[in-house]
Amino acid sequence: MTQEPFELVVERHGPTVLRVCRAVVGPGSAEDAWSETFLSALRAYPRLRAGSNVEAWLVTIAHRKSIDHVRAQGRRPVPTGELPDRGIFTGIPGGWERDLWSALKELPLKQRQTVAYHYLAGLPYADIAEIVGGTPEAARRAAADGIATLRRTYLNPQLERDRQGAAP
Amino acid sequence: MMTTQHTLDGGDLFVPLPEVDTEAQRRLHNRLAAAATKAGILDVAYRTVDTPLGALLLAATEEGLVRVAYGIQDHDKVLEQLASRVSPRVLRAPARLDLAAQQIEEYFAGRRTGFDLPLDLRLSAGFRRNVLTHLPEIPYGKTASYAELAAAAGHPKAVRAVGTACAMNPLPVVVPCHRVVRSDGTAGQYVGGTDAKKLLLTLEAAA
Repeated sequence: MTQEPFELVVERHGPTVLRVCRAVVGPGSAEDAWSETFLSALRAYPRLRAGSNVEAWLVTIAHRKSIDHVRAQGRRPVPTGELPDRGIFTGIPGGWERDLWSALKELPLKQRQTVAYHYLAGLPYADIAEIVGGTPEAARRAAADGIATLRRTYLNPQLERDRQGAAP
Repeated sequence: MMTTQHTLDGGDLFVPLPEVDTEAQRRLHNRLAAAATKAGILDVAYRTVDTPLGALLLAATEEGLVRVAYGIQDHDKVLEQLASRVSPRVLRAPARLDLAAQQIEEYFAGRRTGFDLPLDLRLSAGFRRNVLTHLPEIPYGKTASYAELAAAAGHPKAVRAVGTACAMNPLPVVVPCHRVVRSDGTAGQYVGGTDAKKLLLTLEAAA
């Protein structure tokens, strides 16, 4: 069975996998997670079964690599107050590294993963359930909850502030 | 009411996260090529080099230069062949081909008459490979006929097979099949086209 050159896999799926890594592990570790994902994928590529869904395969690898980074982040002391200097990121000030990621990182990990795999990689919940465990219905619910929270905390931060301000 | 539909569509949330971050992709690609080389899993590295005959594709395994291809041979198709015949672990990774690219540039500038590169002849076998190993015996600026080369390869009657071996040379320019011409002195066929063959022979005659 003929496989296409791995270069085409990087070209075609690299950008989506980077979005997934960014959404799951954040700006500080996303490029490390991407690099580990594609190095691991390159190693295994000749053994990939013909007809496999390459993007789902890459997201599965990215999922495993990301978990290592999320765990490492959990072990590091939690930074208090402001985000680190934006200069270390390449994005524009106030870009995703700031507002979107600060909303994403407050989500439970499973919600962040299911949201990224469904809304960024476009995977169906049946595939996502195989990657994160549990049932497709549970994956669907986690993603819906994640999106609902993001709408509140990211798209309507003012509402969220009002809500918190109103809390006793 | 559209409310439910709207709630399920989360696409608008991720607008600030770029769909393609060209700068990051370039950085990550370089990092992948370096890591793959270090890990010994970059089976085929490739790049292109600009020449008076257009962009040439250069590809190398860990053993050496394995493929040179003209634009008319369709670089995408050549990469697919490398993926199926050598390994699908194919990446654009210029570093491994720096020396080859430099020597090819020097050759086209008339400053180099021979190539000093490790070659990987795995894409050629049997009699064709035998022919390829005799090609570098034709000196720079000289030509030999298909019949002479057949004799040199030990099969004086295999003139047509020599033509096929030249037509299927995986390493044109570097392994000088362009120096094999017809017995009547005309250039004859060439993988890069007859005009390319004439240009190479003119270049070598002038130097």
